[in-house]
Amino acid sequence: MSRRVVVTGYGLITPLGCQVETVWQRMLRSESGIKRYEQFSDFRSQIVGMCDEFVPRDHFDVKDIRRLDRFTLFALAAARDAVAMSGIDFSRENPFRCASIIGCGVGGLGEIEVQEDRYRTLSASKISPYTIPKIMLNAAAGNVAIAYQIHGPARGVATACASANDAMADAFRTIRCEECDVVITGGTESAVTNLGLGGFSAMRALSERNDDPEGASRPFDKDRDGFVLGEGAGILVFEDYEHAKKRGAAILGEVLGCGITTDASHITKPDNEGIFAAAAMESTLRNSRLGTGDIDYINLHGTSTILGDIAESAAIERLFSAEVKTLSTSSTKSMIGHLLGGSGGVELIVTLLALRDNVVPPTINLVNQDPECHLDFTPLQPKEKPLRRAISNSFGFGGHNACILVGKGTDL
Amino acid sequence: MDRNEIQTKVIDIIAEQLGADRSKITESTDIANDLGADSLDIAEMIIVFEENFDIDIVEEDAQNISTVGQVVDNIQKSLNKGGAE
Repeated sequence: MSRRVVVTGYGLITPLGCQVETVWQRMLRSESGIKRYEQFSDFRSQIVGMCDEFVPRDHFDVKDIRRLDRFTLFALAAARDAVAMSGIDFSRENPFRCASIIGCGVGGLGEIEVQEDRYRTLSASKISPYTIPKIMLNAAAGNVAIAYQIHGPARGVATACASANDAMADAFRTIRCEECDVVITGGTESAVTNLGLGGFSAMRALSERNDDPEGASRPFDKDRDGFVLGEGAGILVFEDYEHAKKRGAAILGEVLGCGITTDASHITKPDNEGIFAAAAMESTLRNSRLGTGDIDYINLHGTSTILGDIAESAAIERLFSAEVKTLSTSSTKSMIGHLLGGSGGVELIVTLLALRDNVVPPTINLVNQDPECHLDFTPLQPKEKPLRRAISNSFGFGGHNACILVGKGTDL
Repeated sequence: MDRNEIQTKVIDIIAEQLGADRSKITESTDIANDLGADSLDIAEMIIVFEENFDIDIVEEDAQNISTVGQVVDNIQKSLNKGGAE
């Protein structure tokens, strides 16, 4: 019997707050963290999900703030909560059996803009020596390793919007194959910058519902017009079950399996019928030795783009054919936007909270369901329902499909 | 700008950059050993000194900086050079 992997801690930094229970309660009240910002008034899309409640000075000293990009600060702050919740004392662990594997889609985009501007307005010699260590995608993983003196693997995982799920899949396998006992994992992103917003906007990927920020992210609604860019982090502590049990840790959930596939068709456009997304979910079930009937909830990728939502719905309808009527799904991106590389971490935490409380978080703004999408998307309001197991989906530019399957902590 | 003014401004900048206690910084303070600055912090600080004093610190001088006093000397030298032109 291979080792079991459990979750013993998590931390969140999101547009709906920086404490797990606060974020969760706001989601259950169907609140939105999306706002319109004056600083983006010359962009097509001016509505984003920013972590306004995150005040770096509350968590870090000035030196850290200067040396670390916002996405790394997010990861460190969320990791601090996750580690505190897990109760793990890394100074008592074998540091070579601990790891830091954190997803991030684009790295320090804001810092790239600042330094490019310094080069153009000042000179080449005024480019900061902090530039490279700040912008690199693996800065979050590396700095988390430093914070907890972790000497096992530390790596950044980059598969765009699937980065966090890919990282957590990696973390899961790292524990399962006995390479490590504890992994700090999840994802982080801070790309709400001129290049981030302008770049996605130029692709016509973003919602331009500027006069209705809270209604802009409306996955599976027939009037959706693109995703809303968000920022934040979701960091979790994954741990070998026996290891967690031995130190008396509270078990918040079990990671039962993961599945990863690649479309290999177009670099950004998803496969129309979601064939490879379905294959990733199928592979996740196989990896977990479970069937479609064992799943009660899917936290969808559901970004609110025209094509992506239809493809994901089609994939699930086909794979879950018999159980489609009893399966609950929702897209929590309707409330916080799309956190790119951070989204999978946040969404797995939300999924674990759903299992804990037996309540499905809502897809807000879903007023008129797209006639091409036939699932129960839990529109507008949360729904209480006994939940045993759930899947969290993340798909990314590059054709990446990554799914994680989790069960309740109380089932062990 | 006299030496005292330069010194005050230099110590302000170092304290701000490193989040260090200003009252503990004197001319004999070693920026790396006493204040925990690494090579990146020092390279960044040199850029900040250059911007604040509107000078260019030559590379060899930058390499030899270890104490606060040496920074003040360097800046004074650069300012004098600029004034002579």
